[in-house]
Amino acid sequence: MNLFAATGRLTLDALRETGRISGFASQGAMAWFTGPFYWRAFYAALIRIGFTSLPVVGLTAIFTGAALALNIYDGSLRFNAETFLPQILSVSIVRELGPVLAALMVAGRASSAMAAEIGTMRVTEQIDAMSTLAVNPFKYLIAPRILATTLTLPILVLIADIIGIYGGYLVSVYALDFGGPVYIQNISEFLETRDIVTGLVKAGVFGFLISVMGCYYGYTSSGGAQGVGAATRTAVVAAAVVVLAANYLLTSLFVQV
Amino acid sequence: MSMRETKISVRNLHKRLGPRQVLRGIDLEITEGQSLVVIGASGSGKSVMLKCMIGLMKADKGSVIVDGRNIARHSESDRRFMTKQSGMLFQGSALFDSLRIWENVAFRLLHAEKSSRKAAQKKALECLAQVGLAPEVGNLMPSELSGGMQKRVSLARAIASDPQILFFDEPTTGLDPIMADVINNLIVERVKALGATAISITHDMASARKIADEIAMLYQGRIIWRGKPDEIENSNNPMVEQFVNGRAEGPITMAVTRA
Repeated sequence: MNLFAATGRLTLDALRETGRISGFASQGAMAWFTGPFYWRAFYAALIRIGFTSLPVVGLTAIFTGAALALNIYDGSLRFNAETFLPQILSVSIVRELGPVLAALMVAGRASSAMAAEIGTMRVTEQIDAMSTLAVNPFKYLIAPRILATTLTLPILVLIADIIGIYGGYLVSVYALDFGGPVYIQNISEFLETRDIVTGLVKAGVFGFLISVMGCYYGYTSSGGAQGVGAATRTAVVAAAVVVLAANYLLTSLFVQV
Repeated sequence: MSMRETKISVRNLHKRLGPRQVLRGIDLEITEGQSLVVIGASGSGKSVMLKCMIGLMKADKGSVIVDGRNIARHSESDRRFMTKQSGMLFQGSALFDSLRIWENVAFRLLHAEKSSRKAAQKKALECLAQVGLAPEVGNLMPSELSGGMQKRVSLARAIASDPQILFFDEPTTGLDPIMADVINNLIVERVKALGATAISITHDMASARKIADEIAMLYQGRIIWRGKPDEIENSNNPMVEQFVNGRAEGPITMAVTRA
């Protein structure tokens, strides 16, 4: 009997939380369209989330591209298909690894930072103070961050795609004796616009989800330093899990089997 | 004074937080231009009452009538109506730590009233001067200031838009007695200069005596006594006597845990 009650309570709690996050997300998105829009806060978020994530996203991409080249080479040797390395590598990076890895890195960096910053503002009453100063915290704190992350993640992913393919290029040409021009030519003939665009669409969705998680857990945090710590942890875990789940859903939409 | 109109009228205000019934029917009338100080022990519901009055929290039951308008329904326009004419000094100052001091003081002007940065900065420096801070302070960050200075900045921020109602949440908590007196004097001076109605909550009796026209005591979610500061010594109310004299023994027993 208690087992049923516990299961029911858990399910209801999960549904309630999902409902709250959805409400929060739509409120955050609605705030873009009903003025005022705080451009300064938006630019600051663009720089902080997008620009400063470049090094870590680039490093992730180049090492992953390089390792991927070795793995694909080794695997495809078994059935003498190693000449298709550039094609397989590029489609893997552009459709899957670029968006997912960049999103996970940004989830680690940005959603934790948002949760910690907004959470600290919550527990030190800065958010209340903002309300009493006639500024809607949703418009000043939440909306610019969500929009900035949604817009910058596709750009970061595009850069990650290029750097990742370049990482594969370095290994293929200097370690596996591929011809450089052939590597490039194979990829450019093989890749379709669809491959790249679906990856970028994914990135936009991931950016939205990551920032919603960071903002939501920060905004609803309570209970001092410990509460902010918990909010930060939950935000990163939730962002990563939601990105991976959304990745499967979107992929299954894009790939018509 | 007695001819003046009622500015804020709180009626039968109830609020529950989780399992705890914090407010159990608060009734308060505050005349325009009056400074009312609500005293009470920690956990008596002072902060919750203040938050319900300024519109940061929605009451479960009862009304808060400001200038004839009930804002306890907590709609978007109710809150805008309230924030437009009020300012609040927070217990921990609640300065925006990513912004410079002058940007903190001018926050409302910059972001809600769309003043130019130049005009906003000018007004911010004026307000800083009114709380005894030099213009150079304007370019510092909040973390570079002491607690007392932060309180002054927070006061400057609360008065920057010439509010008609000012809320003070434990204005002297965490300050040394001298700095506390400085803040008390500033509060009295600024409230007078603005002609504002002031509602403060505190457990600091020295502060209450200094800034209050009238003192009310909150106990277990209700107002149990109200009178002039010089009447509080002879209140004939055992709970007020215990609080004013700061005795552990008496009718008020402190709950060790919440709820």
